[in-house]
Amino acid sequence: MSAEILRMESLQITAQPEHGGPGKAIVEDVDLVLHPGEVLGLIGESGAGKSTIGLAALGYTRPGCQITGGRVLFEGMNLRDASAEARRRLRGRHIAYIAQSAAAAFNPAKTLYAQICEGPIRHGVMAREQARAEAIQLFRELDLPSPESFGNRYPHQVSGGQLQRAMAAMAMSCHPDILVLDEPTTALDVTTQIEVLAAIRKLIREHHTAGLYITHDLAVVAQVANRIMVLRHGRKVEEGEADQILLRPQEDYTRALVSIRQAKVTRPAASAVESVPLLQLKAVKASYAKLAHVVDGIDLSVRKGETVAVVGESGSGKSSLARVITGLLPRESGEILFHGQSLEPALARRSRDLLRRIQMIYQMPDVALNPRQRVQEIIGRPLAFYQGMDGAKRKDRVRELLQAIDLPPEFAQRFPGELSGGQKQRVCIARALAAEPDLLICDEVTSALDPLVAEGILELLGRLQRDLGYAYIFITHDIGTVRRIADRVAVMLEGRIVAEGSLGKVFAPPYHPYTQLLLSSVPEMRTDWLDGVLAERGQVKEPVSTAPG
Amino acid sequence: MRIFGYRISVGALAGFAIVFANLFAAIFAPVIAPYGQADLVGDVWAAPSAQHWLGLDSLGRDMLSRLLFGARTTISIALLITICSFVIGIVTGFAAAIVGSWIDMVLSRFVDALMAIPTLISALVILSVMGTSVPVLICTIAALDSTRVFRLCRAVGLNIAVMDYVEVARLRGETLWWIMRREVLPNALPPLITEFGLRFCFAFLFIASLSFLGLGIQPPLADWGGMVRDNAQAINFGGMAPLIPAAAIAQLTIGVNLVVDWFLSIHSRTHGEGA
Repeated sequence: MSAEILRMESLQITAQPEHGGPGKAIVEDVDLVLHPGEVLGLIGESGAGKSTIGLAALGYTRPGCQITGGRVLFEGMNLRDASAEARRRLRGRHIAYIAQSAAAAFNPAKTLYAQICEGPIRHGVMAREQARAEAIQLFRELDLPSPESFGNRYPHQVSGGQLQRAMAAMAMSCHPDILVLDEPTTALDVTTQIEVLAAIRKLIREHHTAGLYITHDLAVVAQVANRIMVLRHGRKVEEGEADQILLRPQEDYTRALVSIRQAKVTRPAASAVESVPLLQLKAVKASYAKLAHVVDGIDLSVRKGETVAVVGESGSGKSSLARVITGLLPRESGEILFHGQSLEPALARRSRDLLRRIQMIYQMPDVALNPRQRVQEIIGRPLAFYQGMDGAKRKDRVRELLQAIDLPPEFAQRFPGELSGGQKQRVCIARALAAEPDLLICDEVTSALDPLVAEGILELLGRLQRDLGYAYIFITHDIGTVRRIADRVAVMLEGRIVAEGSLGKVFAPPYHPYTQLLLSSVPEMRTDWLDGVLAERGQVKEPVSTAPG
Repeated sequence: MRIFGYRISVGALAGFAIVFANLFAAIFAPVIAPYGQADLVGDVWAAPSAQHWLGLDSLGRDMLSRLLFGARTTISIALLITICSFVIGIVTGFAAAIVGSWIDMVLSRFVDALMAIPTLISALVILSVMGTSVPVLICTIAALDSTRVFRLCRAVGLNIAVMDYVEVARLRGETLWWIMRREVLPNALPPLITEFGLRFCFAFLFIASLSFLGLGIQPPLADWGGMVRDNAQAINFGGMAPLIPAAAIAQLTIGVNLVVDWFLSIHSRTHGEGA
């Protein structure tokens, strides 16, 4: 490789609290070198400082943060000393940024052309006509549909995956030397992720652009990056060639990241599962505002002590199914039996005891806990409400429940804002346990959490099931999780179940074509996975989905 | 210096000082006022003197004493009005936000209809039909004012009602009243407190204008708006008598607004941190 294009030397970035006081270091003593055409993956959990480093490559820090030490050199120029004008000329022109949420990064009131051509025109790199021709060329390279007219659309008129690719086109419009990619595929479904990942990789390789690829998913970054840097708490843990990190990690933390998703969660013995179904759905249909059925003729049964995973991509109706079972979205036809008795369609008509028996755990623990209530009150309320517990008895029970979710008893006095993401999710679980339910519906409970934290939550759920014999309906898009925890799987597509049965049956040949698409789209921990999948799929694109692009 | 754990600006400090001084005057008026509010103690519109610091009014009553007693009636009635309007507005607004469907429809359209008529006109009509006793005054203005509170509570409540923790409470089988009180209200407090301060000022100015028109608080009870009207004629003779109660109205309005501004600033700041 030739001379380096970007260099960071003992970079230190500090967050300044608003009301004075000492600053908190977010990034400490990080060195980084990037050569032309090389992609460096930055890996770490939330709070590791990876996005902060990515932004620092543009000479930018988030409000309240400051580069307090070290240097950021772009082709020998220190961005820390550079004038605001010099940095402005650099951004977009030489160093470009791709954000995680394309939907939030595009202006909904302007066409894609207007936004993609803005950079080259403002920087004086190209005239309007040329920028337009360039954009069309980029759309073609990114495999976007009808590239000539694609740019005339508004952001809401294209799908999430297309918008993310449009953002790649926007970033590439000035042919920058460095591309900073901040979790560009994290918000996408696995099948869409593959398309975007392949498109971005092709683009970077063809234009010989250097890249900083920021993500928490090691398997994803392994497909794109030449080298990988592992970060934790703002410090570098390990850096090396992609293969070396995956196959021969040196540090314990990296090893934990690599080995994750491989161990199977200990499951209750098959004998613990009763043969009588606890919950039975028969040809259940439901819709919002009497439009198309979002839940369309679902048959499903769950037995005590069993975990049934409902898998599907966003919009497949899996969360709506949970709402139908809980009664938030009353079913329009079909039958739901619970303990052999018909369940009232609407929530308001169900008895308190029935409500107690079906509990729900949500995806985002941040909004599932009332920020103005202490943990004591959050967990204690179901105890008071269903069991009429009060005073010392309730306090004791809350302490027991905190113990069951591996949190110390002092946490009872904390507010949700004083807990980490994983701790919040544990409190949500404890609140559900407090009701002493028969059935727990877990709606994407681990997808908002860092891998190691999610691991802990899965272990906890597994242990609780072994000890207390709950039945779980586990709604998720993450096949890796399903493989590890489920007894049975139901694959949903457009409101219907397309494949259902035991884990071994559904996830083994002969596959339903959609199951196969889902399975093959899950990134694996080896650097040649994406090449293999793309080669296997050949020319075939979107073989199953009938949804409009 | 900090209040509720937040740094306080000079403006907010001045605001708090003004508000507390007014509250002090209102509560201890009978103790600190040199004369009774209805006592005739000297010449009409006598100039300020050592005995009468702010002079005398249109009937020869002590201006300072009436100002202190006026603080009592004006502030307490404005406070009652604001509290009543908030109780009505919060309950209906949150109910509309949480339940939605036809309840929201009916309440919102009713409020739209009420807001279409200028408040002062509605108040004048109701007060001239029902009479101008203090309870009628309070109920009328509170009801008219609650439309604004309803709109705010509905808007704030809608954002909170979609949170998963509200859904959790519904799934648990909690009543509407509980959800309103324990899940939604605590999270809506910052904007509501701010609005409370603003609405208090409006209520206060509204009584002043009603009093000025003769439909507000009736004599001999002193109130600041009425005092401006009673002494308005003094302007013709170069007297400063009407300016004194007018200044009292102004200072309290400014004081409350300074406090409200501070609440607004800390509220927007915490939102920024969350983003």
